[in-house]
Amino acid sequence: MMNREPEQYTEGEVLAPPTERYTILGWLHKNLFSTWYYSLLTLVTLYIVYAILKPTLIWAFQQAEWQVVVVNLRLFMVGQYPADQIFRIWLALHLLAFTAGLAWAIWLPKARRLGAFLLLIPLALAALPFISTTSKINWVIFAVAALLGWALGIWQPRRMRRPLLILLLAYFPILIFLISGVEPILKLVKTNLWGGLLLTMLLAVVGITVSFPLGILLALGRQSKLPIVKLFSVLYIEIIRGVPLVTVLFMAQLMLPLFLPPQIKIDNVLRAMAGIILFAAAYMAENVRGGLQAIPKGQHEAAWALGLNGFQTMVFIILPQALRNVIPVIVGQFIALFKDTSLVAIVGLLDLLGIASTVLAQPEFIGHQREVYLFIAMIYWVFSYAMSYASRRLEVALGVGER
Amino acid sequence: MSESSVVQVKTTPEDILNLSEEDRSAAIEQGKLPIVLAHEVHKWYGNFHVLRGINMEVFKGEVIVIFGPSGSGKSTFIRTINRLEEYQKGKIIVDGTELSRDIRNIEKIRMETGMVFQQFNLFPHLTVLQNITLAPIQVRKWPKEKAEEVALQLLKRVGIPDQANKYPGQLSGGQQQRVAIARALAMQPKIMLFDEPTSALDPEMIKEVLDVMVELAESGMTMLVVTHEMGFARAVADRMYFFDQGQIVESGTPEEIFTNPKEDRTKLFLSQILH
Repeated sequence: MMNREPEQYTEGEVLAPPTERYTILGWLHKNLFSTWYYSLLTLVTLYIVYAILKPTLIWAFQQAEWQVVVVNLRLFMVGQYPADQIFRIWLALHLLAFTAGLAWAIWLPKARRLGAFLLLIPLALAALPFISTTSKINWVIFAVAALLGWALGIWQPRRMRRPLLILLLAYFPILIFLISGVEPILKLVKTNLWGGLLLTMLLAVVGITVSFPLGILLALGRQSKLPIVKLFSVLYIEIIRGVPLVTVLFMAQLMLPLFLPPQIKIDNVLRAMAGIILFAAAYMAENVRGGLQAIPKGQHEAAWALGLNGFQTMVFIILPQALRNVIPVIVGQFIALFKDTSLVAIVGLLDLLGIASTVLAQPEFIGHQREVYLFIAMIYWVFSYAMSYASRRLEVALGVGER
Repeated sequence: MSESSVVQVKTTPEDILNLSEEDRSAAIEQGKLPIVLAHEVHKWYGNFHVLRGINMEVFKGEVIVIFGPSGSGKSTFIRTINRLEEYQKGKIIVDGTELSRDIRNIEKIRMETGMVFQQFNLFPHLTVLQNITLAPIQVRKWPKEKAEEVALQLLKRVGIPDQANKYPGQLSGGQQQRVAIARALAMQPKIMLFDEPTSALDPEMIKEVLDVMVELAESGMTMLVVTHEMGFARAVADRMYFFDQGQIVESGTPEEIFTNPKEDRTKLFLSQILH
């Protein structure tokens, strides 16, 4: 054996950590078959996966009759929204794509590869065989709109900041205006015609955007030194949290008309929305409170010592840190809220789940529960997973967990 | 009063409060009246009597060092001056304004006093520059450009001009504390309060912070410093106060305190920290 010279370091030289390299066989050996009982475990697991997967795949590709989904696709997507007015939903989607592209360029200019990947999704949807030509064209326009927004943001990042904020704030009213319509500019589409994924998304988006600020106010109210404000916040939060969402929805549907004079009629969708918002706000308040309590007292003191008043301290110092810390919890709540909107089917609204039962009531599709429920489960999963993925990216971008 | 501290002061609150606003500021400016006056200040935490009749007067441009064993009330006292702590009895008058429950008086005094904490308390979600400019922009209503110009000058003064766009978490403890000093100075305060500014620092970083404080003292800033850095006290302090069990046991120039302490408790404490 040779005597090695001790390694010589020059100033500023950086040594790379040692890397491990495996062949495929080596990897298999190390991770799956390193000892006899690991080998046994691997084989048993493989068999279980096979036993589950085989009948599932055979069913999905040979026995299942997906015709029920293809024929009723429009019902699943928008319910009974009039066919000649669907362009309005597309318009809202294109505007959303444009806004998202712009926001992506300004806030995440470095994440190009992920952006390109996301851009492939509408194009892939356009390529699906069972989709109508109109939808195909619209998905392509959707992708173009996103690309356009992105290009504009890359070209003028500084100047587009303000338009982006305006667009984000204005999007919500524009959306409602487009979907609902205002006579005589746009034909009014009554809420009882809203349905399917459209209704599910609207309930979720409205629920999330309105309950978020409401929840922050309740959380601050709970910490307030004014006794009435504090008492109201505590009572509200604790009462709502003690009641299941279905109950709140039934209350909104059945009790609200009792309290209101008979000439005032709020339609079912609005009542359900109100129920969801009121319910979500109480949970949001508790999540935000957790974030507020985690901020060290020194942060308050430093802000006060600089002469900031209580409001400025909250807005500039405490809330930004508190909200950043609870992003994972809040996104978790958003996902739960998105899925909980399916409870409105119980009070008779035709959201994704409600539409599913009407589709299953059609005489030619009786007995196709598996296909239908699997399909809507997939839709719920795609959106929930997208939200959870986006939140993880947001956490990294904002440096949650680092101080 | 048996509970009152040994040390008394000449000025009474009425000497200041009976004057008109203009006369007060003129007298304080000329050094005839103290810029900080504490008169018989008492504070209880529940039944625990933390401050037992503190009397102190600080004139414009003076550097005061407060020292004593832990739990003696020295930090609590310095925090009453900008009302981070309430007190239940006595009077504190800062720059001619009496600290009361009135939130306007409290905010006025907080604008005129800067504070540096043991744990730095920088805002971790803001850059160094934003940490410094936030209060001038929001409280003093300066335009952003002016605030940033002042902030960059201050960063130069505390010796870290090239860290403006970093976040506090990316800086060493010594650098963070110097940013905290710059942040307090950006409000252009008349009085600076330091609450054990070097106690949370590694030994090799203490000097860089003390150097900044010495420079500040020599520039004529009125400073109240709670510290055990006796070298700093010897170099720049005009007067020193020894706190024990919520009272001021002894006060005097550094010369008097170090070479000829009168009280046994002072002697004992000094012998323990000056090894």
